[in-house]
Amino acid sequence: MSLLVLLALVLLIIAGHQLLRIVELSRGLKKTKEWQITDSDNNMMGKAMLAFMILFLLFFFWQVNRWMDRSLPPAASEHGALIDDLWDANMWLITVVFIITNFVLFWFAYKYRGNSKSKAVFYPHNNKLEMLWTVVPAVALTFIIIFGLKYWNEIMDESKAPDKVIVELYAKQFDWTARYPGKDGKLGESDFRQITGINSVGMDTSDVAGFDDLIAKNEFHIPVGREVVFSMRSRDVIHSAYMPHFRAQMNCVPGMITYFKFKPTKTTAQMRKDPYTVMMMAGINKARAIENKEPIEFDYLLLCNKIRGVSHFNMQMQIVVDTKEDYEAWISKIKAFKPLAIKQ
Amino acid sequence: MATTLNTGLEKEHLEHHAHVHDHDDHHESFVSKYVFSMDHKMISRQFLITAIIMAIVAMTMSIIFRMQLAWPGEKFGFINALLGDKWGKDGILDPNMYLALVTIHGTIMVFFVLTGGLSGTFSNLLIPYQIGARDMASGFLNMLSYWFFFVSSAIMLTSCFIDDGPASAGWTIYPPLSALPEAIPGSKLGMTLWLASMAIFIVSSLLGSLNYIITVINLRAKGMTMTRLPLSIWAFLITAILGVLSFPVLFSCALLLIFDRSFHTSFYLSDIYIGGRPLDNVGGSPVLFEHLFWFLGHPEVYIVLLPALGIASEVIATSSRKPIFGYRAMIGSILAIGFLSFIVWGHHMFMTGMNPFLGSVFVFTTLLIAIPSAVKAFNYITTMWKGNIQFTPAMMFAIGLVSSFITGGVTGIILADSTLDINVHDTYFVVAHFHIVMGLSAIFGMFAGVYHWFPKMFLRMMNKKLGFAHFWITITMAYGVFFPMHFLGLAGVPRRYYTNSNFPMFDNLVDINEIVTICAIIGALGQGIFLFNFFYSIFRGEKAPQNPWNANTLEWTTPMANIHGNWPGELPTVHRWAYDYSKPGKEKDFVPQTVPLEEGEEDGGAH
Repeated sequence: MSLLVLLALVLLIIAGHQLLRIVELSRGLKKTKEWQITDSDNNMMGKAMLAFMILFLLFFFWQVNRWMDRSLPPAASEHGALIDDLWDANMWLITVVFIITNFVLFWFAYKYRGNSKSKAVFYPHNNKLEMLWTVVPAVALTFIIIFGLKYWNEIMDESKAPDKVIVELYAKQFDWTARYPGKDGKLGESDFRQITGINSVGMDTSDVAGFDDLIAKNEFHIPVGREVVFSMRSRDVIHSAYMPHFRAQMNCVPGMITYFKFKPTKTTAQMRKDPYTVMMMAGINKARAIENKEPIEFDYLLLCNKIRGVSHFNMQMQIVVDTKEDYEAWISKIKAFKPLAIKQ
Repeated sequence: MATTLNTGLEKEHLEHHAHVHDHDDHHESFVSKYVFSMDHKMISRQFLITAIIMAIVAMTMSIIFRMQLAWPGEKFGFINALLGDKWGKDGILDPNMYLALVTIHGTIMVFFVLTGGLSGTFSNLLIPYQIGARDMASGFLNMLSYWFFFVSSAIMLTSCFIDDGPASAGWTIYPPLSALPEAIPGSKLGMTLWLASMAIFIVSSLLGSLNYIITVINLRAKGMTMTRLPLSIWAFLITAILGVLSFPVLFSCALLLIFDRSFHTSFYLSDIYIGGRPLDNVGGSPVLFEHLFWFLGHPEVYIVLLPALGIASEVIATSSRKPIFGYRAMIGSILAIGFLSFIVWGHHMFMTGMNPFLGSVFVFTTLLIAIPSAVKAFNYITTMWKGNIQFTPAMMFAIGLVSSFITGGVTGIILADSTLDINVHDTYFVVAHFHIVMGLSAIFGMFAGVYHWFPKMFLRMMNKKLGFAHFWITITMAYGVFFPMHFLGLAGVPRRYYTNSNFPMFDNLVDINEIVTICAIIGALGQGIFLFNFFYSIFRGEKAPQNPWNANTLEWTTPMANIHGNWPGELPTVHRWAYDYSKPGKEKDFVPQTVPLEEGEEDGGAH
């Protein structure tokens, strides 16, 4: 069998070689050179440019139609809603620019496809036009800058909420740990030299403020309607705390503490009933069924979003947004379960 | 008088150099002609062929990891055949090797293909030709620049075969991941070899760039004022300046990393516990690395893009039979992009934990850089308006470049806004953006350059039908690979994930991943058409005439033979700019730069 395949391959190569010889020999016979672009070439390629433009724009709309609903659900945080609005405005702007300029480009390619009888118009410059398309983008971009920075300052400013919740996210290869400050409202200082099996987040055991800190693994809870201020640390390499449903992301860098704050607006229970989420989960569960996986319920997630080693793709933690009462109940239960303080 | 004496000697000196040296004292051996050549034309071919080989390697790597992403856990004989039992056991890609492939793919494509292959090839080929010089200012430094590039490529490829695997911390190699061998196997010998390779690459790049700058400033032919230079030369000149100013910073960045890795310093390291013990290093910051890296990293992408844009200017003007629209504005845009590229690097760092105020500054400067980029795109389109477009394969790729420059550029506006970047940083939205501007736009510029200047490089013509086929397969498949990635980013899919099946929230994205991979495979196979056309035509292509595209620039006035010194007699004298296409009152639709101005005729490069 393989001998036949080998024979076929050899014959194919010989045939190809002979074909090339014919092409080369026939060069001398032709009037126009092979490489010269003829009127017929230009006509065909010009039309192909037009066809490509139509197919390209159709492809774009097909993708939007088919995949727009795979996007993340509307933001579940206060600032996230602002981001979503800004995003939509920007996307509309760039989509319009994308469609119009690509259309004009390929339309010109078609309309001005060359032929031996035509002559081009000698049009080297026009200062008014240059002004126009320098100033118009500049003005549009000014608006984008102003709004973007306004929101950025609000998002990045220190929290002034009186009832803020503080949570530390501690990243290491390859999992997350959440730490709460406990009744004193202060997180204990950290000291990486004191990391042990029990003290896996490296708390400074001499700091009294840390004695009532609470540790959570696998999942952590935050209350709806209260501002949550995350402080992030890392044990080994750069990680990134990515909480996409809340439009939140911040690198966790060894040697520094980084911060991000947001106020959740939908509890996990509410989110599960939200029409977009319901539709999204239906799609996900349909895909899962094809793979014989059981259906799942929606959950908020914390993912790692900075390359950090072989299990980069497998570092996640569940986030639960509780009502204020449920949150209090959960937090009090942790205290009972996992006291951390290492008595001196 | 002293001045007359000097002028007299100077004139004699110039006349002496205007005639090429007699060849009897210049006997070339095989080694000096083909291996250690100091002729810019040979060196450009060397750069091109090395870059093509590197591109084949990097593209194959991308097919391997795309197959893993579309069909995780599926067994592929292809993967086992290429990676062996260690990294491709049972035909499944090993997770460590996944990160290694992603890293080396990025490194090769950005540096070796799009910097070495674009600047190295076309700056070398075109600068002496288009300014009317015999060769580069220093043929020796030029030769060294290629051989350092070759050694650097060899080391990078060798690093792929070592036991612990090549560098795996992403092409951006952030520490501590890249500094600590305990963090990932690729950070052992693999990372050391990567740093060695890049250090040598930087030397190669600097040697080349210095040469290009000096040549353009000093060796222009008589009459070739700066405002008569073709836009390709302007682009190569500014690119070279960017390189000279920014690559040394990468060198320093890499050097500090070498110190941290080998000499127990703490430039980038502090408060680390790994491998079961706390490390001694205190006081350093990974954010320092990020600043130093991106100080090069951002100009680097313009080092990649500007030559492609310069090539596009030439190809579009020549093929539309029209002057490039807004020559002065195009020069201004190149200068503006060049300058601004130095003050935007922080937009890669919005989520690093750096001071948010600093982030705001970079939002402002990054959005500014959109303006000259937009001007260039609009000028290309206006050049085609009312043109008489000749669809050479080069022109088609140039049109593809403009399309993808716009498509990729507009998503850059989203990413430039730090607020919007919060949710798409390090997701596939970013991957889509930079691949469309680099893996479409820049590489299309490279293809356009190859198709357009192949006659000058190899004295033969490429096959046009294969060129058409190559173009259509490439543009359709390339968009098919990278456009869907925007939607993955909108769904929150992070970069550099070995698989998405660990996250139920991504279970409904399998079909998108499959379409991406299938288009990638077809697109990769389609490049075979180009490779065949390219290599076949070098040896058996139809012999090229002197000026196949009826272009104006000086390279088309040299005879069709590879002679040392380019012009057999006197160097050409330039009388006009490069863009007198379809000028009214002229017999033909092009007027080469060497044709003197008629009585009362104005030079386009003068106003």
